[in-house]
Amino acid sequence: MSAVEFPAATAAGARRPVEPSVRRRRTLLVIANHSVAIVLSIAFLVPFVFIIATSLMTNQQALSPNIWPHPFVWSNYKTVFESFPFVRYTLNTVTYAGLATLGVLLSCTPVAYALSRLRWRGRQFAFMLVLSTLMLPPQVTIVPLYVIFVRLHWIGSLKPLIVPMFFGDAFSIFLLRQFFMTIPEELSDAARVDGAGELQILRKVIVPLAKPALAAVGLFQFLYSWNDFFSPLLYAGNNPDAWTLAVALQQFTNLSRGVLWNLQMAASLLFILPVIVIFFFAQKVFVEGVTLTGVKG
Amino acid sequence: MATVVERPTTASEQAAQAERRRRRRRSAWRRQWVALAFMSPWIIGFSAFYVYPMISSLYFSFTRYDILSQPKWVGFNNYRFMFTSDPLFWVAVRNTLWIIAVMVPLQVIFAIFTASVLTRVRRGLPFYRTVFFLPTMVPLVAAALGFIYLLNPAGPINRILGFLHLPQPLWFVDPSWTKPGLVLIALWGIGQTMIIFLAALLDVPRQLYEAADIEGANPWQKFRHVTLPMISPVIFFSVLIGMIQGFQYFTQAFVISKAGDRTHEVGYPQDSLLFYTSRLYQQGFEGFHMGYAAALSWVLFLVIMVFTVILIRSSRRWVHYQGGFR
Repeated sequence: MSAVEFPAATAAGARRPVEPSVRRRRTLLVIANHSVAIVLSIAFLVPFVFIIATSLMTNQQALSPNIWPHPFVWSNYKTVFESFPFVRYTLNTVTYAGLATLGVLLSCTPVAYALSRLRWRGRQFAFMLVLSTLMLPPQVTIVPLYVIFVRLHWIGSLKPLIVPMFFGDAFSIFLLRQFFMTIPEELSDAARVDGAGELQILRKVIVPLAKPALAAVGLFQFLYSWNDFFSPLLYAGNNPDAWTLAVALQQFTNLSRGVLWNLQMAASLLFILPVIVIFFFAQKVFVEGVTLTGVKG
Repeated sequence: MATVVERPTTASEQAAQAERRRRRRRSAWRRQWVALAFMSPWIIGFSAFYVYPMISSLYFSFTRYDILSQPKWVGFNNYRFMFTSDPLFWVAVRNTLWIIAVMVPLQVIFAIFTASVLTRVRRGLPFYRTVFFLPTMVPLVAAALGFIYLLNPAGPINRILGFLHLPQPLWFVDPSWTKPGLVLIALWGIGQTMIIFLAALLDVPRQLYEAADIEGANPWQKFRHVTLPMISPVIFFSVLIGMIQGFQYFTQAFVISKAGDRTHEVGYPQDSLLFYTSRLYQQGFEGFHMGYAAALSWVLFLVIMVFTVILIRSSRRWVHYQGGFR
């Protein structure tokens, strides 16, 4: 709203002659605002700078008061790959995040479709149940779930993390439903007149139109799984072969006997990097997605 | 689906009507089945991963159970032990309440502050917004590890503090400074909340500020009587989410406790980082006291529900919905 009104207000202001004192005060205000913004930016960026700098130091230097790497030890990154099964952990993480994303997209799309574009008895009630699981703290179900996965001999593998994702996720269902609601009903009706079944309508009409929403849901799920710590710790923590990067990083200091800050920071950066790259490519999805879920949720 | 009864007509027409009605009913049934088929992934998931676990965790909470042997019914013993004899239960509760009471308000205030800074800069807004948002993208484990290094007693932050002749706390080594360290991590990762506040601040109609100007309001009065009421729904939302997440606080504390030495117990140093979920993890998945862990989880669930209801009730007094709807 205000974005529309800003230009009009400034245009009106420009037409009137501005007194020098007012103009000086305005300039000072702009400078003050920018100084605050710059100080905040530095505060937000400083951790990144120190982490990057440390990842390029020798270990002695990381423990010394020096702030700038001298010399630059680029080989730290090579050491990370050589001294601990980094590739294995990355593969595990990609497997978990990739399959979880696939599962969520495959299972939540039809559910969201039924909750938004099919008329049937119990729809509102089912939607309320979906929302209620969104509120439920995951701690309430982990004890029995753990017992189930012990019985299935799934502990120490990625299965307990991946398989449930093929059976719907409340947050993704909610997001997709909200988006499907906005697609005009006439499009479905036209397809129905042409004799298309609901599955065909979903595949040929809805999914192509909902690509941005599907992309957002997939992205959120991928990052959630990539960052997830509690579930992989719980279900795969006892088997180093199944560790994801999050779990492995937490164990890193223990593996290396004594804290090697430089390697720890290099490994952390390698873990962060894909997320940051994704963020820069899909910034709009994030900012809009957060606003959507935040204000409308 | 009220069927309109029409004037009696000829037999053939009646037959045709009945046929139409039957077909409509049949298609309603068909629709119902189609819908249930579409819903089936969720129906299976909901039963297997919510309904069944909820019920069995309630059952477990009244038993002693170590997975290996059969659960043994012990009545309310787990709950009694929790409130009267478990020495670490109240420690965990106190730490959890501390983190909620301090972290959530500070997060909200800091988010409003950074967002309102962003509303004041026109040029460079996308840059600043990206910078402020970036830390939220950092996985919790990596953020915790980074801050362990940044806040280590001889680390960069303390060097900066020393340079400014400020006191240099021992942060994660000193039990009384561990939780303030966690608050720093939380404030660093304010981005998502900030984005929501930014949207809300930009949505406040400018006429309201102009009206306040005409009445001679000073900046504080404008903030207090125009901005705050207008963004109160977002404040409510972020306090609610922050509170629920606060009750489940775990990852950062766990990583920090175990950093450098896996043998450190959960909550190290001196249980200053023992949060409610940490206690649950410790009891359930280190000690395999599944019955007690289930009881802890149910108490957590009920407490979150009670606090949520209280917050929603109180919101009627301080949250203003534009146009009177909600």
